[in-house]
Amino acid sequence: MKLLDCPINGTRPISEFVFGGEFRTMPDPGQCSDKAWADYVYNRNGAPGVKMEWWLHSPSGTWFIAERNTLTDEVLRSFLPGKEVAE
Amino acid sequence: MPHRLLRFAFSKEHKEPAFFEQPACLKPSYDAVIIGGGGHGLAAAYYLAKDHGMTNIAVLEKGYLGGGNTGRNTTIVRSNYLTPEGVKFYDASVKLFQDLSEDLDINLFYSERGHFTLAHTESAMRTMRWRAEVNKHVGVESCVVGHEEITKACPQLDISCSGKAPIIGALYHAPGSIVRHDAVAWGYARGAKNLGVDIFQSTEVNGIDVKANKVVGVQTSRGYIATNQVLSAVAGFTPRICKMVDLPTPIIIQPLQACVTEPMKPWLDHILVSGSLHVYVSQSSRGELVMGAALDPYEMHSTRSSLEFVEGLSSHILDMFPFLSNVKIVRQWAGMADMTPDFAPIMGKTPIEGFYLDAGWGTWGFKATPISGKSMAATIANDRAPDLIHSFRLSRFEEFELTGEKGAASVGH
Ligand SMILES: Cc1cc2nc3c(=O)[nH]c(=O)nc-3n(C[C@H](O)[C@H](O)[C@H](O)COP(=O)(O)OP(=O)(O)OC[C@H]3O[C@@H](n4cnc5c(N)ncnc54)[C@H](O)[C@@H]3O)c2cc1C
Repeated sequence: MKLLDCPINGTRPISEFVFGGEFRTMPDPGQCSDKAWADYVYNRNGAPGVKMEWWLHSPSGTWFIAERNTLTDEVLRSFLPGKEVAE
Repeated sequence: MPHRLLRFAFSKEHKEPAFFEQPACLKPSYDAVIIGGGGHGLAAAYYLAKDHGMTNIAVLEKGYLGGGNTGRNTTIVRSNYLTPEGVKFYDASVKLFQDLSEDLDINLFYSERGHFTLAHTESAMRTMRWRAEVNKHVGVESCVVGHEEITKACPQLDISCSGKAPIIGALYHAPGSIVRHDAVAWGYARGAKNLGVDIFQSTEVNGIDVKANKVVGVQTSRGYIATNQVLSAVAGFTPRICKMVDLPTPIIIQPLQACVTEPMKPWLDHILVSGSLHVYVSQSSRGELVMGAALDPYEMHSTRSSLEFVEGLSSHILDMFPFLSNVKIVRQWAGMADMTPDFAPIMGKTPIEGFYLDAGWGTWGFKATPISGKSMAATIANDRAPDLIHSFRLSRFEEFELTGEKGAASVGH
């Protein structure tokens, strides 16, 4: 991956982007156990695969989500956070 | 070629000794199976046989021995870490390394060079002072030096770094060394084999059978093995192995790249590391400059290397050594670094009975090869982790007891 599609600014060189880690849902810190909270804070889905990830287009400050295969480094799509990830 | 030499080559009497022969097939069961024929897995096998008399062991390597991060690293060995737990652990490794050529009867080209961690800012100097005090406290030779001493040791260095990031001082660590990486893997492999361990190359583990939370066997590309003890020592493949037993870990994989220049006459005695410029460099016994930089910026399971890396690295190396502008880079490559949130390894027992983990070695694990092998062997033999690696246990995360080693590990290796 040398280029990435920012949903606002179009296709830009990868050097303009910052990786923000996998998209994950946060458990309610008031409700969940310490163990579940530690799992959320530290554990990661580290095996290769197609993942939803946070990316920042840093010149414009745009955070968005990209779906990427971490084995082949192919980006399948990118979009602004919203309903689409609520799966 | 002289006639006599040719005759020698073709004679059946003087067969060339193989460094390590592979048995024809797997045994149906082993007392322990080690996944990964890198330095860590092979060292664990060697010490299991040597220290604990366990020899009914198989090491399974899906590629070739040392073909993972062991054969891709820049071979810096040092113990000037930041936490007392880390310093003690890596110091034990340095001490094993110092006698390892003798122990394994192979010349590892272990070369004590002296290691400078350069500081370009006052805040970096503060970390150096902190590290020096922790090191001294634990009995490790480290001291803070000024730029005059650096210039004296390495007159070729542009101390102003082309005016961009003048060097104020450094942490100097005299025991810092480099060593021939693949020989470390071969030496441990031969040592283990001679003690009766079976080593299989081109043999991939595809599954681990767990029944009632206990390891019972391993599925491999060469067939099934019944066993109650499995050690995963697979560095960049750790998340894949842990997925086989549904064990969550904090490890993510990011590529780490390195390169070498064409060989030159020896001129660089020391190992130099700059956190601010994201580079480290040493000169190998072959005369090549061995150089590396920071991690690639995002998760990826691949060993491709990039132009961005050599470009960025070269520009920083030229800030330090402008006279290298005509020197050619001849090889570049990448390894998959298994990164942890606190830059400390994950070693020891896991919630699954008989499944042991030696992972989270990121950009810094080669120097730990001897001591991690010894510690994991003790863990498997006694089903209990030695005190030396207690701070590196997997459960430290859910206990919120991290081992903050970032200040000493991030670019330093
Ligand atoms: C560019 C680079 C520079 C580095 N520089 C330094 C340095 O200067 N100093 C330092 O201390 N550390 C350094 N490191 C880190 C160091 O290289 C590693 O932490 C260390 O070598 C890990 O050794 P290992 O034996 O655990 O893993 P590896 O050597 O990676 O061995 C793991 C083996 O497991 C095998 N395997 C994986 N999956 C399977 C399977 N399913 N079945 C069978 N076999 C499998 C792999 O093929 C591999 O051979 C560097 C790393 C890189 C990439």
